[in-house]
Amino acid sequence: MRIVSALLIGMIFGIGIAVSGMMNPAKVLNFFDLAQIAQGTWDPSLAFVMGGALAVAIPGYRLVLGRRAPRSAPLLANRFDLPGTRVIDRRLVLGSATFGIGWGIAGFCPGGALPALGTAEPEAFLFVAALIGGLLLARVLQARSLHPKPAT
Amino acid sequence: MVTDFTPLQSLGGGALIGLAAVVLMALHGRILGATGILGGLLRFDDLADWRLKAALLVGMAMGPLVLLWLTGSVPVVDIPVSPLAIVLGGVVVGIGVSYGGGCTSGHGVCGNARFSRRSLVATVTFMATAFATVYVTRHLIGA
Repeated sequence: MRIVSALLIGMIFGIGIAVSGMMNPAKVLNFFDLAQIAQGTWDPSLAFVMGGALAVAIPGYRLVLGRRAPRSAPLLANRFDLPGTRVIDRRLVLGSATFGIGWGIAGFCPGGALPALGTAEPEAFLFVAALIGGLLLARVLQARSLHPKPAT
Repeated sequence: MVTDFTPLQSLGGGALIGLAAVVLMALHGRILGATGILGGLLRFDDLADWRLKAALLVGMAMGPLVLLWLTGSVPVVDIPVSPLAIVLGGVVVGIGVSYGGGCTSGHGVCGNARFSRRSLVATVTFMATAFATVYVTRHLIGA
């Protein structure tokens, strides 16, 4: 039941990403290219993706998470697993800034690229492979900074 | 490469993305973030968690195939940049989302939908650097 529901949820997400245009780097990069406003070729579609997603997720989350006793749980799991930290630090800002730079270079973000794998587009596999490389590299860098070598 | 303005498809697709996030929260109590899913698949300490994330990933990749089956066509994936830019962008995105703790889906949709200040700061930051990066690559150094 857990696996089947996750498969269906992933599918709804993948269909949404595909229909919305988020898995098409040409469309993503044209949204970020504001100079096209002057030429009349700017594609503002992606603002509508975020708008549509939030229009459903804000009331939906409120329904699911709002005004509940702290002990209430989701239907198929023991508890709600929400990020606990509220700290706005350099790590959050610099990491997000770095993500935006990569998104602007390639036109793919992780959520756009994963459904694009289903189209068998070679660049989608190339991007996801590089993305996995970046995730693993960051993991190595983070492990080093958490466990610095003892001074000799 | 000029693309068409598609407000209705983008709004409808966005609504499905939001719906998927809400259903995942209602059933499994999780944030629907592509970064968390991919990162979770690179850890093997919790088999139940790994299976859940693998199922989400397989479902996502099946999305375009379901669309093909329903409508007879798959939305296009046009790549206006070089393979080198794809690889460079992928590595940079991977490092950035690791430190930033999320991406467009995790912070942009799920975090903002629950009014997380961290996610708002993350979203404004990555949107700003993406706009700036495209200006630099297309209008300062690009053709």
